[in-house]
Amino acid sequence: MIRLLTGNILETGDVVWWDGTEWNLALRDAVDVGPEGDALLARTLAAERINEPALVDAEPTPDGPRPRTMRERVRGAGPTVRLDLNRIPA
Amino acid sequence: MYRYDQYDQSIVNARVDEFREQVARRLANEITEDQFKPLRLMNGLYLQLHAYMLRVAVPYGTLSGPQMRMLAHIARRYDRGYGHFTTRQNIQYNWIKLAEAPDLLAELATVEMHAIQTSGNCIRNISSDQFAGAAADEVADPRPYAELLRQWSSFHPEFSYLPRKFKIAVTASDVDRAAIQLHDIGLQLVRQDGELGFKIWVGGGMGRTPMIGHVVREFIPVAQYLSYCEAILRVYNRYGRRDNIYKARIKILVHELGAEEFTRQVEAEWALLEPLALDAPQAEYDRIVAQFAEPDYDRAVPDAVDRGDPDFAMWLDQNVHSHKQPGYAIATISLKPVGGIPGDATAEQMDLIADLAERFAHDEIRVTHSQNLVLAHVCKADLYALWTALDEAGLATPNLDLVTDIIACPGLDYCALANARSIPVAQKIAERFADLDRQHDIGELKIKISGCINACGHHHAGHIGILGVDKKGEEAYQLSLGGSGAEDASLAKILGPGFSEAGVVDAVEKVIEAYRTVRTGPDERFLDTYRRLGADPFKAAVYG
Repeated sequence: MIRLLTGNILETGDVVWWDGTEWNLALRDAVDVGPEGDALLARTLAAERINEPALVDAEPTPDGPRPRTMRERVRGAGPTVRLDLNRIPA
Repeated sequence: MYRYDQYDQSIVNARVDEFREQVARRLANEITEDQFKPLRLMNGLYLQLHAYMLRVAVPYGTLSGPQMRMLAHIARRYDRGYGHFTTRQNIQYNWIKLAEAPDLLAELATVEMHAIQTSGNCIRNISSDQFAGAAADEVADPRPYAELLRQWSSFHPEFSYLPRKFKIAVTASDVDRAAIQLHDIGLQLVRQDGELGFKIWVGGGMGRTPMIGHVVREFIPVAQYLSYCEAILRVYNRYGRRDNIYKARIKILVHELGAEEFTRQVEAEWALLEPLALDAPQAEYDRIVAQFAEPDYDRAVPDAVDRGDPDFAMWLDQNVHSHKQPGYAIATISLKPVGGIPGDATAEQMDLIADLAERFAHDEIRVTHSQNLVLAHVCKADLYALWTALDEAGLATPNLDLVTDIIACPGLDYCALANARSIPVAQKIAERFADLDRQHDIGELKIKISGCINACGHHHAGHIGILGVDKKGEEAYQLSLGGSGAEDASLAKILGPGFSEAGVVDAVEKVIEAYRTVRTGPDERFLDTYRRLGADPFKAAVYG
């Protein structure tokens, strides 16, 4: 199990994932934040530019991380009923 | 339709200016998200799973053609080309950018619309019968009274921070198309000894703890209903459970006090209010009533309709209702095409419906709590032309109140509160029952799906209700039977253990096939069969 850091961009509400360097729209680029996660989360909260930041559990797969919960998988992929609208494939 | 006066317009414009400044301060990090969140929620702007969602109020579900065109423009300019009509007769946009929200609200204000009080612990949008002012079965048009409630509740200083949100529905018919018994306050306009007044229910609601409302007044003259509502809100505001969010709705207070004691307290409060003369003066009633004057009906139009086209005749039978004016009819536009998303409409569809309303329906559209749209005043001679235009746009599905006319909340596809997806379940059920002959044989059957316990999809009031739950991070679905949001209101009861997504579709089919086997005949509705026989035949069909 790995841990990902995610949230929504303040200006747009877009779902983003921490890729080790910056916030990234693609779930597949998310990295395991491991033991650094709590400190990263605290810094994100303090910066006030990412809304509702959270650490989520995921499984590593060859196609990138797969969040443990359906909720986070839907956040990563977009609405399952409007695949035409999803900006970035999961 | 009601038109804003200078006060309405100026307070809405002022709110847009205020919110523009608040957004600028947030984007500049001058205020924190904790400080900003309640401000944006007061303007109907939520943060959902994928983006900001804006909920726009449609007062008592009534829109003009120009307002619908503006909703289409907003879908195109600020969203991704569509909107979602909700079970509270509002519209939601799913892909709003915070920085653009003030411009959006400024454009909305130009057509006398806003998103104020579509969130928060305040009195929300007043909902009503989608056939109001047109229904053959109503005692009088309830919209003026709904409008007065809108004005009274907008920015009401005493009721802006209630223990929880508060929902009021108004109707004027014995046939309840507004689910009034499942609202915090339900008002039915009635006539007693020639005088108009309201029968008042309090303490209904769905959500975590579903309850049917209690009648607190069999009759109160229309001249006094506003002060009576004030008294109800005052008692609730004083004693509602602010210590526990799950027990904070008025239904819990009514339940804990008992309906009799609650009523006694309301009556005592009302007596105290009487000297304050809070009710609107007759002149104000008259001013508002005048704005809901009847359309200019053509009294010479024929009442007969040529039913020669069988597809048109099917739509006529299913989606068209009697109008109080001979020669006219009420047409419901289904937003439930098989495989579609319940309640969604594209910008192009909204524009088309605005055009059709202008051509055929006195430039007026209604939103229903079942997530469909209504043209309330259509000349019967125009019905075929209307149907032809709707059919060409995929908007003439003849399925009103049938098994594919499913209510579904946005669910886990969009909503941050949801535990499970609702829309795909609705789509799969609709696809399973796509055959129209089968749908018509089944008859009236209201399936309602919620993606979480908050029950935006009204699953407690479904003849068949489906609740999405979280089971260790995965979706599961609970099936309930026997609910109704109509005048015979009842709460659905859980049938048994839950299902996977595929399993719940199969289970619904087994329930319906069992119904077809045990019903007394095609005229006995599913709900009546369930009430006659109870859950046993359905349990046996589903669980063996």
